[in-house]
Amino acid sequence: MSLVEILPRVRKWRLPRADGFIPWIVPLAIILIWQVACVSGFVPPRVLPAPSDVALAGWKLARSGELERNIWVSFWRASIGFIIGGGIGFAFGLANGLSQLSSKLTDTTLQMVRNIPHLALIPLVILWFGIDESAKLFLVALGVFFPIYLNTLHGIRTVDPQLIEMGRIYGMSDGELFRRVIFPGALPSIFVGIRFALGIMWLTLIVAETIAASSGLGYMAMQAREFMLIDVVVLSILIYALLGKLADSASRALERLTLSWHPAFQK
Amino acid sequence: MQEALRFLTPGAEPVESPDFLEQARLARGAPEAASRGLPLTIRGLRKSFGDNEVLRGIDLHIPAGQFVAIVGRSGCGKSTLLRLVAGLEAIDAGSLGFGEAARPEDVRVMFQEPRLLPWARVKSNVEVGLGRARKLPDAQLRAESALAEVGLADKRDQWPAVLSGGQKQRVALARALVSRPRLLAFDEPLGALDALTRISMQRLLEQVWRDQGFTAILVTHDVSEAVALADRVLVIEDGRIAHDIHVDIARPRRRGSADLAALEGSILRELLQSAGEPLEV
Repeated sequence: MSLVEILPRVRKWRLPRADGFIPWIVPLAIILIWQVACVSGFVPPRVLPAPSDVALAGWKLARSGELERNIWVSFWRASIGFIIGGGIGFAFGLANGLSQLSSKLTDTTLQMVRNIPHLALIPLVILWFGIDESAKLFLVALGVFFPIYLNTLHGIRTVDPQLIEMGRIYGMSDGELFRRVIFPGALPSIFVGIRFALGIMWLTLIVAETIAASSGLGYMAMQAREFMLIDVVVLSILIYALLGKLADSASRALERLTLSWHPAFQK
Repeated sequence: MQEALRFLTPGAEPVESPDFLEQARLARGAPEAASRGLPLTIRGLRKSFGDNEVLRGIDLHIPAGQFVAIVGRSGCGKSTLLRLVAGLEAIDAGSLGFGEAARPEDVRVMFQEPRLLPWARVKSNVEVGLGRARKLPDAQLRAESALAEVGLADKRDQWPAVLSGGQKQRVALARALVSRPRLLAFDEPLGALDALTRISMQRLLEQVWRDQGFTAILVTHDVSEAVALADRVLVIEDGRIAHDIHVDIARPRRRGSADLAALEGSILRELLQSAGEPLEV
């Protein structure tokens, strides 16, 4: 094959990869600048360790298996807390969106509880639950509950009433109406709630693990702080950032899958 | 009231109302039993929204298979009448009957907005129209043939978001037709479309009506559309049927022909005159 025939094909093949690479250009540039700043002595090592030191600390922890264990424990706590809080929030959102009675009974109470900063409840939670897993799960569930509740409620309330009328005219039962009209219509809002909740989930988990824990990423960061292992502290922060990004990406992938009909997702 | 109208065409005759038998006789000529459509009889129909009495006693008989257009000013009650026929609102007084046992699938509505489910593909949207028959194995085939009738067979796997306004309305029409309804109610279905699309949609509506023989009730603000499509034009004023005009012009009707234009002119003059606006139209 001649060069002329190969080149266009190669160009087309490379473009999609370039697209996925672009979002990482800025973070990589920051790391590069950071490395240069530390190695050149511009930033003293006790203020901020170089990325190479952080990577080394990470490698040591990975070899001892500690890193994997702590990440797994944190991930497990976050997931369970998210499922519990998200599940209850979703159930309440559906109930209050679909039923006037339920909404009148519970919405005011929930709005009042919402305005209590859940992290401020930590001393109370420790009193009630002690310092074992249930305390952390409770905090994560509480933090995750409200974004999902509010956005599910909003999603259901703002489904186009004309579509609901159309569904009724064409003989849809209540169940069909929910499955085919109300729930898909509420889905974009529900995803907004999920993405908010994922951010709050990590935040709550970090704080809960620094207060009273014997395992997990927050515990690892707290121990590092006690022993002045700054590079491990920075490592934990970077891991949190990466996990947060991962959760967001997973959520967006799910969104793209289920919301491909939306005009905003049309390519 | 009727005498005030000056009809220039011999074909258009005012009808004394309420005279149900006379109206039935002047209908399309085919005996009612042969038509697939549902006849509709309304007596003394009243409807109020709060203090506002929108319909003040409607008496009407529509024989099976007739194409009736309802025109009138905004707020005269024409859409309300249609919604009562479709079962979307409750009657305050009077009676509304379809002459025989009508199943829910026999009466279908087409709205001004397409009202398609954005998260279902075009084919799925048309299947919605089948009602309970949606679960039967032949549902997909029926949906596809309905799409073919409106000329959109190639769009069956698309999302509604990629369709134009006219195409969306055609899908809505396919959805309304797929259950082989015997009465189709149209609530200003072409109001949101541009002029050229409107004309081609009117042709499509007429063709589908002639092919399937359902009773058609079209609410429209466009008098020219009414006289082009309908056998009969009802003019509603102040919640009552002010005029009941039989359009006896042979099909296919040529747009811009003298007799259509004259009829349209006289109806418009009547509508505008009743509101105290200038007579010259």
